[in-house]
Amino acid sequence: MVVNRMTVHQDDIEKLAELARLRIAPEAVAEVTDRIATILGLVDQLQSVDTAAVEPMANPLDAVQRLRSDAVTEDNRREAFQAIAPAVENGLYLVPKVID
Amino acid sequence: MHDLSVAELAHALRSREFTSTELTRHCLQRVRSLDPQYNSFITVDEAGALAAAARADARLAAGEQGALLGIPLAHKDIFCTMGLRTSCGSKMLDNFVPPYDATVTRLLRDAGTVLLGKTNMDEFAMGSSSETSFYGSTRNPWDTTRVPGGSSGGSAAAVAARLVPLATGTDTGGSIRQPAAFCGITGLKPTYGRVSRLGMVAYASSLDQGGPMARSAEDCALLLNAIAGLDPLDSTSSAHPVEDYTAQLSQPLTGLRIGLPREYFGDGLDTATGDRIHAALALLEQQGATLVDITLPHTELSIPTYYIIAPAEASTNLSRYDGVRYGYRCEAPRDLHDLYTRSRQEGFGDEVKRRILVGTFALSAGYYDAYYRKAQQVRRLIRQDFLDAFANVDIIAGPTTPGPAFGLGAKTSDPLAMYLEDAYTLAVNLAGLPAMSVPAGQADGLPVGLQLIGPHFDEARLLNVAHQLQQVSDWHRQSPGGTSA
Repeated sequence: MVVNRMTVHQDDIEKLAELARLRIAPEAVAEVTDRIATILGLVDQLQSVDTAAVEPMANPLDAVQRLRSDAVTEDNRREAFQAIAPAVENGLYLVPKVID
Repeated sequence: MHDLSVAELAHALRSREFTSTELTRHCLQRVRSLDPQYNSFITVDEAGALAAAARADARLAAGEQGALLGIPLAHKDIFCTMGLRTSCGSKMLDNFVPPYDATVTRLLRDAGTVLLGKTNMDEFAMGSSSETSFYGSTRNPWDTTRVPGGSSGGSAAAVAARLVPLATGTDTGGSIRQPAAFCGITGLKPTYGRVSRLGMVAYASSLDQGGPMARSAEDCALLLNAIAGLDPLDSTSSAHPVEDYTAQLSQPLTGLRIGLPREYFGDGLDTATGDRIHAALALLEQQGATLVDITLPHTELSIPTYYIIAPAEASTNLSRYDGVRYGYRCEAPRDLHDLYTRSRQEGFGDEVKRRILVGTFALSAGYYDAYYRKAQQVRRLIRQDFLDAFANVDIIAGPTTPGPAFGLGAKTSDPLAMYLEDAYTLAVNLAGLPAMSVPAGQADGLPVGLQLIGPHFDEARLLNVAHQLQQVSDWHRQSPGGTSA
């Protein structure tokens, strides 16, 4: 298998990390960039395949989303769900102040 | 006791040779004494197991007959268990105690199984060696300097070491079959949609599928019987009729046509492993099967296709871990952005972050058509290869892995080398097909797995072929040294 190293730059990786809400330590950026470039080089093999007439396949059975009847079926379990949250108050999830 | 099959255990429980409580205590004792060398469990629930065993004993005493009633099992730590920590091998979920059960968990609880605990795995099921777990590597019972495979390595090791007769696993790109091969056990990845994904922590939702891991095809069939079927709570679960997967086990193989893809027997295959596969195929031939050379021309593209689609779906699925509603939250966040970013940075391991970044790339503006859409198109070509092949053969067979279990740490520094481990298993997930790994003896003292691949929803045929092989071979009965206690 021929693996080309795709051109991807450190600032591309930093932008992706920002989009994914991940932070890469400054000393690790070069290594992460190198590894991601290698993986993207691997997947670049796909570019040589002629797929002009091929419909994309999202589900291996080509199944479509099944819909259920529009009826209330779930109990309200807010307390059980919030019991595992890092911080809640009066039924609300707490996060740092967003607007000053 | 720990060498008996599930059918034998169930018979012994029904005929009062021993109780589920005695059997459970025996398994728990084995976990306590043997598992420190394997690290196959993340959580052992002694009190819960003994309570479940007492309930099973009461049901048995009342004359109930269930095939799995009173049988101990372990769940991969990806299946939500209400009230019992479900970590998915990640620091992110180290404190996560689910407020609900996965459908698989619920069905097996109702069937009267006894849950011993939760097994180790690669973090978020992303890996082929069980080395990316936050809880440390699992070790292969056949050679504790080697990996058990992954991501369901804890389940495979626990079954191989006879700590537990049955375990669940999940398979997104080979995560049931590859560890089953490395540990010398039998594992089945069902057709996509055959088993509910509700409550199974999501990695790549169009590929993920749960299934049984056990010592024999018959035991796998008994477990599949309990978990297969439509789940109204999983909109991708299938309404295709469920069979009794034990019904066809004894059918002779006369006239069976087995396709051997030439792409699975090429340069990448270890010679000793290939020899074991040919020996197993010869046994099937002796039973009346015909071996047919076939081709799956897009096989080489399954790795790049998978490493677009799986990370893309993972980057979407894992966006839910934000430090707000459950799971890990960083200390003293400065603001909301810092809360999100630092919780994810500190909560996820390196391989998970790598896949999130690749997936984010494949889905980002300007790259979507060239990568994600392209991969979805090639995915259809890969599936078509199999559909074309199944026009001429009943099943497809080949090696599960290119070689036997590798050493701990041997591939952790090179993600691509690790990805190549899955060269023979990924295409099955992309095509949504059922497939098994069945023990086929050993190469240099390490287990080799024969992979059997079937048409959609033909799990019964795969189990039949595997069971027939296990009637004329004893590979599935061989156990690693050091497990007698």
